[in-house]
Amino acid sequence: MNILTISGSPHVHGDQSVKKIMQGVIIALIPAMLMAFYFFGLPAIIITLTSVVSCVLFEFLIQKYIIKGEITINNGSAVITGILLAFNVPSNLPIWEMIIGAFVAIGIAKMSFGGLGKNPFNPALVGRVFLLISFPVDMTSWPVPGRFSTSLDAVTGATPLGIIKEGLAKGNHVSDLMSNIPSYFDMLIGNCGGSLGEISAIAIIIGGIYMLCKKIITWHIPVAFIGSVFVFSGILWLINPELYIDPVYQLLSGGLMLGAVFMATDMVTSPMTYKGMLIFGLGCGVITVLIRVFGAYPEGVSFSILIMNAFVPMINKAFKPKLFGETVKK
Amino acid sequence: MRTFKKGGVHPNENKISQTKSIEILPIPQKVYIPITQHLGAPSTLVVKKGDSIKTGQLIAKSESFICANNHSSVSGKISKIDNFIDASGYKKPCIVVDVEGDEWIDSIDKSLEIKKDITLSSGEIIQKIKEMGIVGLGGACFPTHVKLMLPEGKKADYLIINGVECEPYLTSDHRMMLEKGEEILIGTSILMKALNVDNAIIGIENNKKDAINHLTELSKNYKGIKIESLKVKYPQGGEKQLIKALTNREVPSGKLPLDVGCVVDNVGTAFAVYEAVQKNKPLFERVVTVTGKSVKEPKNLMVRMGTPVNYLIEKAGGLPEDTGKIISGGPMMGKALTSLDVPVVKGTSGILLMKKSESKRNKEQNCIRCGKCVVACPMGLEPYLLAALSEHKNYEELEKHHIMDCIECGSCQFTCPSFRPLLDNLRLGKNKVGQIIRKRRKK
Repeated sequence: MNILTISGSPHVHGDQSVKKIMQGVIIALIPAMLMAFYFFGLPAIIITLTSVVSCVLFEFLIQKYIIKGEITINNGSAVITGILLAFNVPSNLPIWEMIIGAFVAIGIAKMSFGGLGKNPFNPALVGRVFLLISFPVDMTSWPVPGRFSTSLDAVTGATPLGIIKEGLAKGNHVSDLMSNIPSYFDMLIGNCGGSLGEISAIAIIIGGIYMLCKKIITWHIPVAFIGSVFVFSGILWLINPELYIDPVYQLLSGGLMLGAVFMATDMVTSPMTYKGMLIFGLGCGVITVLIRVFGAYPEGVSFSILIMNAFVPMINKAFKPKLFGETVKK
Repeated sequence: MRTFKKGGVHPNENKISQTKSIEILPIPQKVYIPITQHLGAPSTLVVKKGDSIKTGQLIAKSESFICANNHSSVSGKISKIDNFIDASGYKKPCIVVDVEGDEWIDSIDKSLEIKKDITLSSGEIIQKIKEMGIVGLGGACFPTHVKLMLPEGKKADYLIINGVECEPYLTSDHRMMLEKGEEILIGTSILMKALNVDNAIIGIENNKKDAINHLTELSKNYKGIKIESLKVKYPQGGEKQLIKALTNREVPSGKLPLDVGCVVDNVGTAFAVYEAVQKNKPLFERVVTVTGKSVKEPKNLMVRMGTPVNYLIEKAGGLPEDTGKIISGGPMMGKALTSLDVPVVKGTSGILLMKKSESKRNKEQNCIRCGKCVVACPMGLEPYLLAALSEHKNYEELEKHHIMDCIECGSCQFTCPSFRPLLDNLRLGKNKVGQIIRKRRKK
């Protein structure tokens, strides 16, 4: 006689799984990764590999020897953290600093809260900000991108945002500085200084569209984030184009695209409802522009996302889904 | 195309048996007829062990408001009255009949002729429906006559007939609409007369185009009946979702369809109403889909109530070797059976056999807070939160977060990428909160 399984309904399941979602995100990261390898060469590959391997290894070691629980490294989330962390550092970062970053991201930001799903802050961003504060020089010397090179000693230079920030601080006008920064086209494809994965806006957008099609993310956070940066910086630009750089430049520079498409959309650390996501994206955008324009750092994407991460529980409380039958239509 | 807006999922349809005509299942040698087969107060037994009974004879009668009559589905001798396991997994009182022939009570009109003229008045129709033990055949088994007795001051604008059959695999309603279309439309007209409404809408999902075309063609001869094709989306067969899809009215939280002027009945129920009112036939048989990927001959069978599930499976080619789970109903809301001897009752819409590989759940993982359950919930609830509150036994918060609005459709659990048992927890919480509310009302 057969032994029957007894369980509550539903007895079927959709085709989604954590593993599939994570695999989808990894696929979506490939275009940006290829652009990074193309422009920064071998060092970029080494940094990415180091980051991924250390993230996975730290997760494995912590689960095996400290938590003594189930090993979940094959769900792919540590791989994503590794790639995103590498995307957020310059390609010439010393390897040992990269390993420390990976430890902070996985060990402190993720596993100490209980692993996947429990962390309030985006692990890769925590790792990045830790590195930025601990090794400010190494984290802000950017190799000037060249065609694929195997050389490990690259010429370093500032990012477009850094050039503007520094120039404005010295009292220059935006129009004077425009000649020093890469063209919009170069910034779109990624031929400019910056962290590994953030340089090529177009590659990130391709990845984003892939995730939208696969229903891994929805449009709400990226559109609210990018849209509010555009509108807010646009208003400033209209007020005084000599003091504030134009909004298109704001969109293409720095980590905005990477942040809006891959970091702010992290399911674990973003709100549950569409309304909440819009508010979250809006907050990220406004804080980004505030930091870029008025803050001490040239770039504010990672800080803005981490700040908004902290608001997520509150946003989830404030923006509930609309209950069926809440308003009676007569 | 119309559908409800909020939430919903789209499981694989797997309507394997949709082209199979309804076959009449021979009567088994022994049937186990549960005395109570409806939602509400138990019926009172009016026969005893050793009695000889005929097909259609009253065996248990309704003595409370929400209660239904129950009739014998076979003729023969009552050999035993005892408790047997039913689809819920609990033992319920049943009468066991040793079948002898198939002798029907005289009052039933056995002719095949379709009787169109409705001669009874509204009150008489409701009385007849009550007498014949008609209950909702969509699965909930709510006594139909209770729905038709409108309280003072309430008026219905629409009668909605549910031909959605949004559960994957099930095809019994689909076949009924194709093969008993005329009867369903007459049944609908009868219900309209009973409710005194001028408009009826039959909602059918557009994966049943043949049924939509067939009924649309037939409905030209019936005043006030409109056939509406709906986009395929689960759980459109849910009462509140169907009303929203067809009339754009939202039943407020904690209220009934009648509060927005609607009464909803299943197509199967409309057919049963036709037979009850026009043919004097009590509800003692129904169509059951026997299906599953491994089933040799998936079938739609006309089955007498009380027939053991085993007997149906035999007729569909026998129990496949690798059966891991047997479900009464569809895969989204059906109940896993604990035994093959469970009898078919008024609410059995299908028997679904699942392979071993389909039967086990995947291992539960951490919630990754993706919010897919929130998006999928057709009631606008937050399943991830409710499940957590239920696990923590925080019943006060559960009630505040509208756990009682949960329709247990399972869309949340279906969509969860972490394979979390969301509905298990929601059901537990809902049960507990329901108890607390009832206790509070009593005070």
